[in-house]
This record gives sequence, structure tokens and C-alpha cells, in this order.
Amino acid sequence: MSVPLPYYLGLSALLFVVGVAGVLTRRNAIVVFMSIELMLNSVNLTLIAFSSFLGNVNGQVLVLLVMAVAAAEAAVGLAIVIALFRNKQTVNINEINILKW
Amino acid sequence: MSYEFIGVAVFLPLGGFIVNGLLGSRIKNEHAVGLIGSGSVGAAFLIAVALFVQMLGSPVEERTHLVELFRWISAGSVQVSFAYQVDPLSILMMLIVTGVGFLIHVYSIGYMHGDRGFWRFFAYLNLFIFMMLNLIMADNFLLMFLGWEGVGLCSYLLIGFWYDRKFEKGTTGDAAKKAFIVNRIGDFGFLIGMFLLFTTFGTLNFTSVFAQAAGLPMGAPVLTWITLALFLGATGKSAQIPLFVWLPDAMAGPTPVSALIHAATMVTAGVYMVARCSVLFAFAPITMEVVAIIGAGTALFAATIGLVQNDIKKVLAYSTISQLGYMFLALGVGAFSAGIFHVLTHAFFKALLFLGSGAVIHAMHEEQDIRKMGGLKDALPTTFRTFLIGTIAIAGIPPLAGFFSKDEILWKAFAGGHAVLWFVGLAGAGVTAFYMFRLLALTFEGEKRWDAGKHPHEAPATMTVPLIALAFLSVAGGFVGVPASLGGGNAIEQWLEPVFERAGRVLPSPAHPSVALEYVLMALSVGMAIAGIVLARTWYLRRKEVPERLSQRFARAYRLLWNKYYVDEVYDAVVVTPTVQGSEKLLWKGIDVGIIDWCINTGAKMIGLLSKTVRVVQTGLAQSYVFVFLLGVVVILGWMLAH
Repeated sequence: MSVPLPYYLGLSALLFVVGVAGVLTRRNAIVVFMSIELMLNSVNLTLIAFSSFLGNVNGQVLVLLVMAVAAAEAAVGLAIVIALFRNKQTVNINEINILKW
Repeated sequence: MSYEFIGVAVFLPLGGFIVNGLLGSRIKNEHAVGLIGSGSVGAAFLIAVALFVQMLGSPVEERTHLVELFRWISAGSVQVSFAYQVDPLSILMMLIVTGVGFLIHVYSIGYMHGDRGFWRFFAYLNLFIFMMLNLIMADNFLLMFLGWEGVGLCSYLLIGFWYDRKFEKGTTGDAAKKAFIVNRIGDFGFLIGMFLLFTTFGTLNFTSVFAQAAGLPMGAPVLTWITLALFLGATGKSAQIPLFVWLPDAMAGPTPVSALIHAATMVTAGVYMVARCSVLFAFAPITMEVVAIIGAGTALFAATIGLVQNDIKKVLAYSTISQLGYMFLALGVGAFSAGIFHVLTHAFFKALLFLGSGAVIHAMHEEQDIRKMGGLKDALPTTFRTFLIGTIAIAGIPPLAGFFSKDEILWKAFAGGHAVLWFVGLAGAGVTAFYMFRLLALTFEGEKRWDAGKHPHEAPATMTVPLIALAFLSVAGGFVGVPASLGGGNAIEQWLEPVFERAGRVLPSPAHPSVALEYVLMALSVGMAIAGIVLARTWYLRRKEVPERLSQRFARAYRLLWNKYYVDEVYDAVVVTPTVQGSEKLLWKGIDVGIIDWCINTGAKMIGLLSKTVRVVQTGLAQSYVFVFLLGVVVILGWMLAH
């Protein structure tokens, strides 16, 4: 007896909204970063759910791809955060606003 | 010798230019530089002589040869060859250019001795000879134009040769620019003429243009326009009214340059061009009339200015303009061979006179004012004797060269029914004799008016030998054109006859007044010359108070002549100042700054203002961007769901 699809989708949507809220409201760059990972994984969950429900392996392949990209992105993103911290002694993104006119 | 050698002869001076121009500063040996410079021209002269002798020995109808070196331009219907036309006219001009040119090169070795630009001078001279030969030998208008522009460039370079010297109100550079710009006006006419030729005949090749032109009706308007445009080019290059103003200023250059370019060769290019296009001109009677009137007018006009000038080279410059006027008078009345004959004799005696004046200037340490000379004949015996020969030749005393050519021109003008022009020419001949003997008297005779500190000495052999050679030619040169009435065969007219044959067929054949009339006219012109000579010698040697008194009595006329009829001032007021002011006030400050710059600057300012308002949305805060992005996504999704 498996869990029905809407449960998966609901959880996934919940996770996504939590991620969005985190990105929009948190001031710590690391936390914003983690929120982005949350959004990615909520999408992964949706893909897996559909893959299993429809009996199609494509969704799982896509998830692997997303994870690979997410790993690369995490490496680059963390490197940027470290470089920023070295220069500005902060990871508060309100203070990291030099990219403007 | 094959006629193909003409290419070698033309390109030899180019070789001299390249060697002297690239290596001259390293050779550091004036003899070597001078030898390369004169040698290349001398060798070209020898080839020209060989070809001339060969042409003399061949039948008349086999005297024209085309030598194509390579195909120059090939673009659609424009086909231009780098080809030379060797015929009696061009070979004669080549003999003049390389022969007189060679003598002047040799003279320059002595004259330019010690100049820091010695090698540069010879490089320019050689380039000039190369360009001049292209002008003469060309078998099409475009190649002729190449030479035409090339000699203009060399003229510019050589007038401004002593670029750091003062000249009159400015520097020699100003004189060089004036020569170049005035010539550009004439060249514009030449270009227009070429365009018209090409649109009319579809080719620029002499042979086929002339063949086609001979098929047009007499006085066809297009031919009149073509010839008028070409003649405008000739007035620029050959210093005729209205474009003669550059030649007196061209005297800023070293004296051998004045002799070579501004007396013997380049300034006769216009005459040569008109003679070369004799067919076109013969079919345009209006243009012929214009040419004759401008020629006669210039002959007298420039001669009168020469009456009162005190700079030895200025007098000769106005004399050159005047003599060129005679050549155009000859062309205008249809006596093409007489015009070319005068080119020949004028090249001899005017080069001689200029080189003689150079020897005087050399001896007087760069002094050119004849009021500060006098009594130089003892110090400079060779220069004096040769200068005297040149003066007699230009005055038109038989049997020296100038007499035959000038008299031929006057006779042809009279016989052609142009009695007024003949009279103007006759008056000019008297004036010429007067100012030349005034120049001679003030320079070489009378009392010494120079500082005691100066010790004039005769020039070295490199300078006197060319003088002697040219003096010999000034005496003997006229015998190639002794008219039939004096028992001569007029060899030069017969020699050139095949070239002008086609033009001669359409020109109204002149009435043949009696030989007795010819004698009378001859006596008249000689009488005029003698009167001028006697008057000049009386006034400037025995009764010196007369010129002084005359200049006071006719003060207004004297000032008019002294100021050269105010032509320069008029041109300044009518052309130069409006151009400069118009360029500055209207074109620069009005259109460029006021309109074009204003549009650009205002456009930039508007964009700046716009960005000032728009750029506030870029806060630099990543989260604000994300928020907007999210809003966008929500709106799009909402829209998609709604539909």
C-alpha cells in the first residue's frame, strides 16, 4: 500500500514555499543558500514522485542531473561566500550590495 | 635599338630616386649622389637620342610606336594600360626634358654643394624627371594625369625644399602650398575633362579618343566643354591667367628647381597637353579662341609686371609666364608646331637665364635684389657672357633661338587673321626686350652697389659648363625652325607634321599673305625688340634719372605694376578670405559645432537623464531581485491558469 501522489506533491510544495520564504526573508547568505537547496530538493521530490507514479525512469535521471548541478553550484556558491567574507568580513546580504549604480 | 627601351629610359630616373632617396643619407659623398642623380637622367637622354636618331631614319608613317609595359587598371569597361607612345612629339619633349634636365642636374652638383639636404634634392629631382617622362610618354589620359600630379607633387616638395627659410611674408612652405593648391584647381578641370572624355568616348586612350573625336561634327558642344576643362588644367600647370599666381611664389625653391621645373619643363606640360590633344581642340573653335586670347593676354600682362620687379628671379618668373602665354597664343591660332618650337627654344634660353641668375645669387651670397648688384660682369665673366646670350635670345634678336620661335608664333597669329592678338604679342615682345635688358643692365653693368665685404667669384665648372652648353643651344637651337621665307626648311614643323596632321585638316587653312608682308612683320618685331633694348640701356645705364622720374610721374600705374595688378590681393579678398572665414564661421562653428555636435551631445544628455530615473530599480540587493522575479512568476502562472 503506497502513499498516494497528492501527499508527495503537497510535501514538495510545502518544502518549496519554505525555501522561497527563506530566500526572501533571511539575511545570512549561508541560510539563503540552504533555502535554495531546499527548493531544488522539493523539485527533486516531485520528479521522483511522478517517476514512480507513472513508471517512467526519465524523472529519476533528471534528478541525478539536478543533484550533480546542485553539487557544482554549491561548490561555486560557497566559494563566493567565502571570498565575500574575506573581503567584507560579513555574510549579511543586506550589506553585500555593491553591484549597483 | 628597339622602342621597348623607352621603358628603361623612363624608369632609370625612378631608380635614381630610389637609390638616392633610400641610401642618400648614408652615402655621405656628394659626388656619388650627384653622379647617380645626373647619371640616371643622362642615360635616359642617351636612350632618347638613340630612339630619336632611329626615328629620323624611318619613314614618316612608321614613326609612332606604342609600348605597353603592363595592364594597369582593368575594371569593367575601364581598361587602362601602363603604356608609352613614342612619336615625333613625345620624343622631342623627351629630348628637351632629359637633355636640359641633365644639364641642370650637373649644375645642381655645384649649386647645392654643402647643403645638408643634398641627397634629398637629387632624389626629388629624379622623381620629377620620372613623373615628367610619364606625363610626356603616356598613351592615355590617365597615365598622363599620373605624371601631371606627380610633377605637381615634386614641384611642391622642391619649392618648399628649404622649409625652414623665410620667404616674403611667410615661409617657403607657404609658397609650396600655394603652388599646390592653385594647381589643384587646374587639376580639377583636368579631371572633369577626363570624366567627360570617358563618358563620351568610353576610353581614355589617346589613339582611340582622337579617332572617335575626328568623327564628331565641328564645334560639338561636348568637345568644347572637354577642351575648356582640359585647358583649365593647362592654365594651372602652365601658369596662365587666371591661375598664374603660384609661379612667382614658386621662386622660393632653389634656383635649379626654378630652371628645371618652373621654366623649362613642368610649366610647359600644359602646352604639351593641348598640343597632344590638338584634334580635340581643333574641333572646338570656341576653345581655340579662348586659348589664343588667354595666351596673348598673359603674354603682355605678365611682361608688364616684369618691368618693375627688383628680384632677379621674380623678373624671370614673370618672363616665363609671359613666354608661356606666347606658346598658348600659338596653340590657340592653330600653330601647334610653332608652340612646341617655342617650348624647345624657351627651355634653352630660360633654363640658361635661371641658371645664370643662380650663379649670380650664389656669388652674391643669396642676394636676389638687383638694386644691390651691378657691375658684376668683371667678377663673373662666364656667367655674364652666357646670360647676355640668353637675354638676346629671349629678346628675339636674329639669329638666336628666341627670334625664330617667337616670330613664327606672331606670323601664324597674323596670318590666321588674329591681327589684334598679333599686336598684343608684338607689344609683349618689345616689353620683354626692355625688362630683360633692364635686368641685365642692373645686374651686370653700371656701378657696383654691393657691400665691400662681398667678393663675388665665378662659379665652379659644374655650374659654368651647363651654362655654356645652354648658351650654345640658345644660339643654335633656333635653326631647326628657320621658316621657308628665310630660306630654311622649318625642320621642326615638318618633323611634327604627322602628329598635328589630323588637326591641321579641320583647321581653317590660313590665307597665305605674301612673303613681303612676312618680311615686314619680321622687321617690325625685330624693331620692337631693338627699341626695347635701346630704351632699357639708355634709361638704366646713361640716364638713370628717367625711370625714377617716370615712376613718380605715373605713380599710380607704377604702383599697379609694382603690386602685380593686385591680383593676389583680389584673390585673397574674393576667394581665400571667404573660404577661410566661411569654413571657420559657417562650416566649423555653425554646422559642425552648432548642428552636428549639438545633436550628438543632446542625444547623449537625453539618454543620461532617462537612465538617471531608471537606474534606481537596481538596488544591488539580491533579495529584491528575487522578490520581483517571484512576482513575475506568480503573475505568469496566474495568467496561464486563468486561461
